[in-house]
Amino acid sequence: MMASDGKGPARGHIDLRDIRVSFMQNGAALDAVSGVTLDVEPGEFVSVVGPSGCGKSTLLNIVAGFLKPSAGKAMVDGKPIDGPGSERGVVFQQYSLFPWLKVRENVEFGLRMQGMGRAERESKARTLLGLAGLLSFENHYPDQLSGGMKQRVGIVRALATGPQVLLMDEPFGALDAQTRVVMQEILTNMWQQLRLSVLFITHDIEESIFLSDKVYVMTARPGRIKAEIPIPLPRPRTPEMTASPTFMALHRQLKALIREESLAAMGGELRDGGLGQDWHLGSQDDVRAVL
Amino acid sequence: MASAIPMRAVGPQADAATARTAELHKVEEGMNPPLLIKRRDLHRAPPTPAGLPPGTGARLLGLLRAQLGSLALSVLSIALLLGFWYLGTEYRWDFYIRFTNVPSPGEVFTELMGLVGSTQFQTNIGTSVGRILSGFCIATALGVVLGLLCGRYAVLKGLLFPALEVLRPIPAIAWVPISIMLWPSTETSIIFITFIGAFFPILLNTLHGVASVDPVLIRAARCLGAGELALLVRVILPGALPHIFTGLAVGMGVAWVSLIAAEMISGQFGVGYFTWEAYSLIEYPHIVIGMLVIGVLGLLCSGGIRLLARLAMPWQRAGHKENG
Repeated sequence: MMASDGKGPARGHIDLRDIRVSFMQNGAALDAVSGVTLDVEPGEFVSVVGPSGCGKSTLLNIVAGFLKPSAGKAMVDGKPIDGPGSERGVVFQQYSLFPWLKVRENVEFGLRMQGMGRAERESKARTLLGLAGLLSFENHYPDQLSGGMKQRVGIVRALATGPQVLLMDEPFGALDAQTRVVMQEILTNMWQQLRLSVLFITHDIEESIFLSDKVYVMTARPGRIKAEIPIPLPRPRTPEMTASPTFMALHRQLKALIREESLAAMGGELRDGGLGQDWHLGSQDDVRAVL
Repeated sequence: MASAIPMRAVGPQADAATARTAELHKVEEGMNPPLLIKRRDLHRAPPTPAGLPPGTGARLLGLLRAQLGSLALSVLSIALLLGFWYLGTEYRWDFYIRFTNVPSPGEVFTELMGLVGSTQFQTNIGTSVGRILSGFCIATALGVVLGLLCGRYAVLKGLLFPALEVLRPIPAIAWVPISIMLWPSTETSIIFITFIGAFFPILLNTLHGVASVDPVLIRAARCLGAGELALLVRVILPGALPHIFTGLAVGMGVAWVSLIAAEMISGQFGVGYFTWEAYSLIEYPHIVIGMLVIGVLGLLCSGGIRLLARLAMPWQRAGHKENG
């Protein structure tokens, strides 16, 4: 679903077609992700949810250019993805700020790589930090910030180079529940102003509904798209909406879908020797103890 | 090359030593009182705060007390060492360890006073410092650059490391003869030995540092448009810096060991040469002076590296904040 005011940019279209990712394990090819087709329209906010280990992050790594799919087409604006690039900003779960750079220097990093002059990148970084309410921390080192602030810096840094696409890999996963809610509001407000395409990976159902125009639900491994759920909540989003009947209905629907998959995933683990392996290790230890 | 077999001091040497110990006694008496007062002051130092609220003040005082306590212990530690030395030479201890020919603290001090102004002594120090700096700087440049490249490019590492692994266990001192053959002058061969001593710790720690850089930082940098060179200079180098400085500290220590050994064996000038020459010429106080100078120079060098580390890594000093 497109943003309603029509200000959306013409670029930033993520297009994944029939993506398969397989890797070798114990001599056998194993699919992490299989037959995934996914679409993020320009200016759209799209979330991917699913049980842990379903390959959500694998999809993001493909779009980011860290990973080549074993089969299928991965394109941004019609061009095949070939390695990482600053037109696709990435926000990682582990903050990933450079500890040796001050907050502003972290934000300036991408601009510096583009060859922007000192004065220009300084003023641009300051503007962005001001928008994120972090200007008074520009000369702090990342280790001096709280988790929520670090992640705001991470987002600002990813946005500084003016990407058409923002890829976020469970960006609030390491934050406590209260901070996470605040960060979601900050993010939806920033997105409202910038209107760039966002691919958001999360395991938090509420978060995915609150932020997104569209939510993809993935199956347990091998990850496939189980459902594509449009989120018809109006924009801009406010915290009150989480109590609305639409929100609640979506929440129930998504929860049911994911529950099935989580159970399947756990069942699969039990079947595929999750327990069996432990037992095996245990018995090996026993042998060692006897020896 | 010094090959003279050193002789033990006899007769007149011993008499002179007794005379010098008497001198030393005076010196010690002159030095001890202020030292004692200082120590008494230290014990008295933490004053009881009158009318100060408990809390931060008390905590600060506790910190101060702990600091003063450790300072007092340091002073005591040095005093015990000097005292042991003094007593050993004063009473000419001779049970298995022999203090018979060891110069007393007083002798050493008087000799040192005489030496400080001499240009030859200064040349010796200057020469050693020059050699250390040359060897160490070359080792740093080469060790860090090779460490970064080998850490980043497995092929280069695969090509260089087997050869380096063969050379690494050979102590720098064992390089002395071949080094004299390899290099055109004694000077360059000594610098080479110093370099060998410092090179391996620096290289290996840099390599370790590169491996310790969080891969997510490299990904983040690449997403922000960093090319290979920018990645090396702006991400991998600063990320490896803490380990590099560990390597520099270790390398500096080994460099001194290697330098002194090289100077003793093949040197002309330098504190190692000075120390060994003193032994050959039976100028025993000079041996201790040489040792002390080496100790002080080593201390200054490692202090310099610590200072450099603080300047180069300001983020390591920044306070940490809890998640929230």
